Amino acid sequence: MSETTIAAPGRTGADPEPAAPRQLSMQQALNLALADILATDPAAVVLGEDVGTLGGVFRVTDGLQGRFGAARVFDTPLAESGILGMSVGLAMAGFHPLPEVQFDGFAYPAVNQIVCQIGRMNYRSRGTLPMPITLRVPSFGGIRAPEHHGESLEALFAHVPGLKVVSPSTPEEAYHLLRYAAARPDPVIFMEPKSRYWQKGEVSTGRRGADGDLGSRVARPGKHVTLIAWGAMVARCLQVAELAAEDGIEVEVLDLRWLKPLDAEGLAASVRRTRRAVVVHEAPLTSGLGAEVAALVTERCFDTLRAPVERVTGFDVPYPSGDLEDEYIPNIDRILFGIQRVLEYRRG
Amino acid sequence: MPATTDPPALTAPELRELYRLMAATRALDTAAVAWQRQGAIPGFAPQLGQEAAQVGSGFVVDRRRDFAFPTYRELGVARAMGVDMVGYMATHKALWHGGLYDPAQSRFAPVQAVVAGSVLHAVGWAHGQTLAGHDGVALSYFGDGASSQGDVHEAMNFAGVLRAPVVFFVQNNGWAISVPTERQVAGGSVAARAAGYGIVSERVDGNDVVAVVEATRRAFAQARSGGGPVLIEAMTYRRGPHSTSDDPGRYRSLEDERRDAGTDPLERLAQQLLRTGAADQAFLEEARSAAAADAEQVRTKLAALGPRPGREMFEFVYQEPTGALKSQAAAWRVESEHV
Repeated sequence: MSETTIAAPGRTGADPEPAAPRQLSMQQALNLALADILATDPAAVVLGEDVGTLGGVFRVTDGLQGRFGAARVFDTPLAESGILGMSVGLAMAGFHPLPEVQFDGFAYPAVNQIVCQIGRMNYRSRGTLPMPITLRVPSFGGIRAPEHHGESLEALFAHVPGLKVVSPSTPEEAYHLLRYAAARPDPVIFMEPKSRYWQKGEVSTGRRGADGDLGSRVARPGKHVTLIAWGAMVARCLQVAELAAEDGIEVEVLDLRWLKPLDAEGLAASVRRTRRAVVVHEAPLTSGLGAEVAALVTERCFDTLRAPVERVTGFDVPYPSGDLEDEYIPNIDRILFGIQRVLEYRRG
Repeated sequence: MPATTDPPALTAPELRELYRLMAATRALDTAAVAWQRQGAIPGFAPQLGQEAAQVGSGFVVDRRRDFAFPTYRELGVARAMGVDMVGYMATHKALWHGGLYDPAQSRFAPVQAVVAGSVLHAVGWAHGQTLAGHDGVALSYFGDGASSQGDVHEAMNFAGVLRAPVVFFVQNNGWAISVPTERQVAGGSVAARAAGYGIVSERVDGNDVVAVVEATRRAFAQARSGGGPVLIEAMTYRRGPHSTSDDPGRYRSLEDERRDAGTDPLERLAQQLLRTGAADQAFLEEARSAAAADAEQVRTKLAALGPRPGREMFEFVYQEPTGALKSQAAAWRVESEHV
């Protein structure tokens, strides 16, 4: 631990002047967001396994300890319940913790602290002990990782009262959604699509305001069918839309972004236009978030729907080894089949 | 033993105050069991026999800068720290999980039902004092049963690595519901584990309030001065059931209880006060009748507390509630409150 100490949590510094938009990878955009958070919010602290000296196994926290000191960016012992439980205490002491769980599967040992403590402390204390914690979780598959390094936990977290869940799909979204989440007085599970860490995109800094950060966003407009996705599946759905366009099918891609709260109105608005919906996710089918999406769409668009909401998802199996990953994660063909089914559906 | 100078001995007024607090704790604790039997509250976890451990440790907390992290059996700590006891007992009346006192103001975290749930919170809060340059100390309560939980290991390891200003106060009351310490704590001592984390520890007679206060003061002095965490294992005895739903007759006999409980901590302090001349019989009687009046006042005020309005289910889930939650609250109002 360095000699650096934080004078008093709670003050907010001025935001740096917005720079011209630049090409950054998602990993760089997240790193920039964390740097801007630490620079503007003296109560913000980054903690986790290897986040300090190493800069994180994905280098998302690269250079932050050197710039902000070992008091504000610190390595913890290798214990996820400890990291999250400690974050609760830091929040009670007035800090805004930004813990990292190194890989999605490592969140399981911390579920007790996430569900029973982080999700409930505001409630238990009748709003007197809020939990402004943003938990960063490198999430989903696609990198040929070992077991326990490629899980899709959004439905688990979205089911927990008191938590909010968000997943960015692009570097731009990653920067802004992380800034937004870190400024919230409630806990946010921030699911970073690890297969997209190294993909570049244009990133504008500064703040875009709550309207830009809340709800879903139309990633590509279309009029025949809505593909609903989040995280890494958004880019895949955009590829699918490109291919479908060659056959004259205009696919709308809706990037949900927030998995809790779900943007019911955004979903309904899109499906009212296209009258068909396919939801795509990496997580297993049964009790996955696709079921919730299908229910929301059906409740709001029952009369307009031309076909039942289709789900193209992972299977009800443990996340497979890297060699089978491409068989498990929804691929272009399976998504196209899903689109075909809703287009060809006829009322019986 | 922590390597700090022994604090000054307790004064006669302090000893009398400790007796008043312990008597008040005993009276309220005993009354609460009766209220449960009468149907006034649905359940209660008595701390009968742990008054010295609880009052003695809570007595040391400086409410301007420290913070205590209780379990669900810390009535005596709450009483010693001046927590609003009606708000505290509200958790046992099933009005609100965490109680109705203000935890931030009281410096006493919400009642915690998860065994070992708050031990890590104490470490995080304590490390926050270091980061902020404050000299507050976190006081973490847990028992021999909770010491089996992985979070306690993580908390002690984190505290040891970070040199966090936290005092782990373990009440070893002999029983985790029906399982005795010898089948709970390998090696027989939670205090002995502290050495493995580089944490100073001491075992005290948890039924001797003077020993508890002195050990806690030493621990606080060390933690506050940057000496790192301390663990105190207060050896005591749970004289009552685990909770009002428990039946100790299924796992221990009255003979066992008489043999193992030792001298009642209240009686022990009373004898010490009389022996040293710090108090007389009239004081003891006055303290006991004040305690009874105190418990009666809590009963009256608690009885007057109606159920929380149902809308509060929705109000404290988030600081910024979601649209879905607002819709559910609105639907609940229409369908359940008929408005």
